[in-house]
Amino acid sequence: MSYLAGEDMHGGYGGADILRGCSVSVARGEIVVIVGPNGAGKSTAMKALFGMVRLRRGEVRLDGDPIGRLTPQDRVKRGMAFVPQTGNIFATLSVRENLEMGAFLRRDDISDSIERVFDLFPVLGEKHRQLAGELSGGQRQQVAIARALMTRPDVLMLDEPTAGVSPIVMDELFDRILEIRRAGIAILMVEQNARQALAIADRGFVLVTGKNRYTDSGQALLANPEVRRSFLGG
Amino acid sequence: MNLRALAGFAAIAAALAAVGFGQSWSVSLAVLNLCLISAVMALGVNIQWGYAGLFNVGTMAFAGLGGLAAVLVSQPPVHAAAAAGGADLLLAGAAACLTAGLVWLVVRRVPRGRLRTACVAVTAVAGYFVIAAFFDPAIEAIEAVDPSTSGYLGGLGLPIVLSWAAGGLFAAGAAWVIGRVALGLRADYFAIATLGISEIVIAVLKNEDWLARGVKNVTGLDRPVPYEIDLQQAGWFADMVGSLNAGALAAASEADRALLLRDLVIEASGIFVKLCYAGLFAAVLLALLVLSERALRSPWGRMMRAIRDNEIAAEALGKNVYARHMQVFVLGSAVVGVAGAMLVTLDGQFTPNAYHPMRFTFLIWVMVIVGGSGNNLGAVLGGFIVWLSWIEAEPLALWTIDALTAAMAHDDPLRIHLVEAAAHVRPILMGLILLLVMRFSPRGVIPETVRR
Amino acid sequence: MPVDLVNALVLLANFVVVPAIAYGSQLALGALGITLVYGILRFANFSHGDLMAFGTMATILATWQLQGWGIGLGVLPTAMLALPAGIVAAVLAALAADRTVFRFYRIRRSSPMVLSIASVGVMFVLNGLVRVIIGPDDRSFADGTRYLLNARQFKEATGLAEGLTVRTSQLLTLAVAVVAVAALFWFLRRTRAGKAMRAYSDNEDLALLSGVEPGRVVLTTWVIAASLAAVAGSLYGLDKSFQPFTYMQLLLPMFAAAIVGGIGQPHGAIAGGFLVAFSEIALTYPYRKFLRYLLPEDMQPDGLMQLLSTDYKLSVSFVILVVVLLWRPTGLFRGRVL
Repeated sequence: MSYLAGEDMHGGYGGADILRGCSVSVARGEIVVIVGPNGAGKSTAMKALFGMVRLRRGEVRLDGDPIGRLTPQDRVKRGMAFVPQTGNIFATLSVRENLEMGAFLRRDDISDSIERVFDLFPVLGEKHRQLAGELSGGQRQQVAIARALMTRPDVLMLDEPTAGVSPIVMDELFDRILEIRRAGIAILMVEQNARQALAIADRGFVLVTGKNRYTDSGQALLANPEVRRSFLGG
Repeated sequence: MNLRALAGFAAIAAALAAVGFGQSWSVSLAVLNLCLISAVMALGVNIQWGYAGLFNVGTMAFAGLGGLAAVLVSQPPVHAAAAAGGADLLLAGAAACLTAGLVWLVVRRVPRGRLRTACVAVTAVAGYFVIAAFFDPAIEAIEAVDPSTSGYLGGLGLPIVLSWAAGGLFAAGAAWVIGRVALGLRADYFAIATLGISEIVIAVLKNEDWLARGVKNVTGLDRPVPYEIDLQQAGWFADMVGSLNAGALAAASEADRALLLRDLVIEASGIFVKLCYAGLFAAVLLALLVLSERALRSPWGRMMRAIRDNEIAAEALGKNVYARHMQVFVLGSAVVGVAGAMLVTLDGQFTPNAYHPMRFTFLIWVMVIVGGSGNNLGAVLGGFIVWLSWIEAEPLALWTIDALTAAMAHDDPLRIHLVEAAAHVRPILMGLILLLVMRFSPRGVIPETVRR
Repeated sequence: MPVDLVNALVLLANFVVVPAIAYGSQLALGALGITLVYGILRFANFSHGDLMAFGTMATILATWQLQGWGIGLGVLPTAMLALPAGIVAAVLAALAADRTVFRFYRIRRSSPMVLSIASVGVMFVLNGLVRVIIGPDDRSFADGTRYLLNARQFKEATGLAEGLTVRTSQLLTLAVAVVAVAALFWFLRRTRAGKAMRAYSDNEDLALLSGVEPGRVVLTTWVIAASLAAVAGSLYGLDKSFQPFTYMQLLLPMFAAAIVGGIGQPHGAIAGGFLVAFSEIALTYPYRKFLRYLLPEDMQPDGLMQLLSTDYKLSVSFVILVVVLLWRPTGLFRGRVL
């Protein structure tokens, strides 16, 4: 049973539709990756799930409930967390303050969550007083993910978490993401580095021009010669 | 001209007529003349904001420079002052040019770095002392010449109408220099920078006595129109007034007739002079309006609006945004400069203390926004509406307060305070007009017409 | 140390350092308000100077009322007791302006230019209100002990030729500014609402995503900016004198301070305020007497040795502003590039 699902989504930013009948879903404890060529609507699909794109048709369900009318803020309260591709940290706030802002809606004690996040990303614990804007690219992505985890979400949505980081840092980030899955969180990612992402994914969706082209397990997609030829560069 | 514009100007005409009948025709014409000048200023700001989206909050400077031009063109030269300090002043000017040239040379020849910074600093400081060595004695000598009446270099002694063009040139020159520094800045920083520059320009006009007597003012400027006193003594004028008022004169008794004619002539002379001014100003306004309209409809104007609406796209299409902004900044400022010279001509005196940002910068902005930014006719109408409200706000407020406090005792402190406060209702009214138009009719009284 | 050197330093302290500290504190408080509004509401607020005048006016009216009742603070000026009235008035004016004017454009996400032009309208209204209520004239409302230290006492105590004067208002300005700034920093660094404000200023979208309530942030911003404006304006009025028009003239130095320090950077605004104040006063001070103490007899200058006439002090802020904008557009403390 999928925890978060977008069904037959149609819509865009005014003008022509970018999504033209796209469905994605993710279950608890599962990593799902959306891949596809540029302009396929990967990020748009994710934003639609989060309520940042108006849908003309289709429905978004969270744990079976339709949530299409909720604002992004309300979806955060319902246990969804989103890490945008850019502008995903508070650069002039310290690492710890970034985490505190992540937990802004929580009124309970957050020191536990901060400890857990520091266990997951030890480097953040070391640099918790430093301004987030002064960290390296990979560390900033860690801050961004850590910030999103502070609401103790059930679904974590990542828009290209490895954009612009080196391969070594990318592997490390994927290791962390696997670790997060172990806590039973549903993880949905859009990835440019399709090969590496599909390798850790339970399932993958291949989008082309706003529609699903292939849907299969990550391994199966990697093995599919047509997917390899068209989308993974041979 | 569309129906809205027609209705707007008709309303203005009706309001001016009401002032004419209610207060006096002399007042009405005085208001009209300032309306015309304000309209020219608004036209200048509209060229900058409406065509190109430049938020120039330094209008006051260009109006002030136009006023300076009126003095420097029309006043007779003070030969004694030139003899006393002219040579040193020229040397100071030469030293300034030399310093600027040397700095330019250093910047061109020496590679970027510490050395260049040091060289520029040394050249500039050395230049400063050389300039000061000539400049300080020069102005001291000039200002010592008959300080109560002149104490400055005087002007060229030319007809003052020429100063209107000179005012435009002064303002254009200053705008070019200012634009070199400020146009590269982000829009809001540009606004703050121009606000600062305008204060500095006015500070110069107030303090450099050798230039135009500073706050000691220059009064009794030349006029482009006849003097009332000459008219009153001119036979043809009396004849004309006599024939225009033949009915009233015939009705008067023999004894009163001469006296009545004299009163009529005196009154008519004032009106005649104001009408002459109005004719001149209206001619300038019309000429500028026609030119602005033609520019706006030309390919150049289309490009300007394209830049205004999407600077990045225009830049990507290979348009030199900075150069276009510079053109429009210089042109708009020149128009304001012309208006500044006309205003000083009308006043017959140059009083640097009168330049206040409220009146000479922000009020002009209200005119443009109210009229409809991007529409020249709108800016002109805005100039009329806002000036009329600015002027008439005080009598209206006084009248309202009088009516409201009629029941109070004459020496009631509250009543006295309110009557004194009536003059200060003006800025409140202006602010409200601006805010209401922005909110409920954001494109102004005559909106910009989109031409494709 | 030779006596001449001490005399020269005392002279400098008396005419440059002490006045610049007071003036710098006033500018800093004003610039803080400008930088907060700029960083959070994202527009250059041209009405800030007149908001200061409005708050100061309320302080003066309350001071007169208190003086009328015979209530005072002894050594300290009564205005300190009346300050809350000024703060409340300025806050109410700012909130009213936001409710009736700025909110509309904020919701529509209008360009910063539009908001700035709207602030010109607010400036007109506030300016007119101040002039209607208290009149356009110079108002003096300082009372209490005028001097903490006067030149004669100083000379007698030290035996120096030069005196050092410290006015009550100057020390008070510094003390109030230190307290206000400390409170502001504590609020911004330590409280939930303060962190939300900083987060909103840094990254509006992410702050909204984190659940920050924009209405609350805007409200807090106006309350703080207007309070600081009232405090700054009242202190300036105590130190110099109150005249509605002078506050508009403070707009440029305050903008310069805020931009020089980096928009949205409170510590930048403070540094900028002092930089502008010290440059302005140091460049317009005539150094003749100072040099007479230091130079041998035959090298004494005969001019005033003033680098810039006092009439041109505004150009100092302007030059600082332009130089910083051209060479380091984000300000000395790297503010946000809006």
